[in-house]
Amino acid sequence: MSRPRVRVPRKIKKGDTVTVKTLIAHKMETGVRRNKKTGKLIPRKIINSFEAKIDGKTVFKAALHPAVSSNPYISFAISPKKSGKIDFVWTEDGGKTFTKSAKFEVA
Amino acid sequence: MSQTEVSGGVHRRSFLIAAGAGGAAFAAAQFTPGIALADKALTEQAIKKVIGDRKPIEGRVSIDGPEIAENGNTVPVGFEVESKMSGGDMVKAVHVFAEGNPRPEVANFWFSADSGAARGAFRMRMAKTQNLIALAEMADGKVYMGKRLVKVTIGGCGG
Repeated sequence: MSRPRVRVPRKIKKGDTVTVKTLIAHKMETGVRRNKKTGKLIPRKIINSFEAKIDGKTVFKAALHPAVSSNPYISFAISPKKSGKIDFVWTEDGGKTFTKSAKFEVA
Repeated sequence: MSQTEVSGGVHRRSFLIAAGAGGAAFAAAQFTPGIALADKALTEQAIKKVIGDRKPIEGRVSIDGPEIAENGNTVPVGFEVESKMSGGDMVKAVHVFAEGNPRPEVANFWFSADSGAARGAFRMRMAKTQNLIALAEMADGKVYMGKRLVKVTIGGCGG
């Protein structure tokens, strides 16, 4: 699982607001489904939070609940004032993280 | 392990909600999702947990979504808040709730000065036809609310 993918415009016009799209492969196990054979609950395991940082400063953050679909897709807006790097972190129940980053130019 | 602790926390919370709303009503909402009253009470409690006693003002928040979702497992949803994104008019956070899901919390989003706009999109699970509610928390403390009815053909909270 995982394979995070992101789409960030490489060139951004100064003052513009652009859309960033992200996707990660994850089952998002809700914790209420049962194993059909044993009848036991399958433990919850979801991506419970997502964060995007531009040059170390949080620009967008999300908390996800089991109602978010598997392979969570999240898009949001950014309007950076100067060129830089954007880092993405997805955190799973239990604390495991997945990361991805992208660079962009502001001109 | 921490993983079990996490699910333990959810159960505890569910229990507290049940204690508040009346155990019977909660059970009904969970197993026969057709009782609108119980669903609404759950949603109201979930909302209260996030915004406290503040009264949401209708408007400024728009929710985008299909009129009819054929597959409740993955319903594309978008939101946007009218805002200059500066000063008191800055949108601090947007909270999304689903009135007809066994658990109304869907997702919370937080913005910053570099956000440029308080908008976003994601995909969600919907158990049945229901109202989606998005609350926008502003920097000046006001809370705005948007609603949208989405009809669901095949529910997606399946077990």
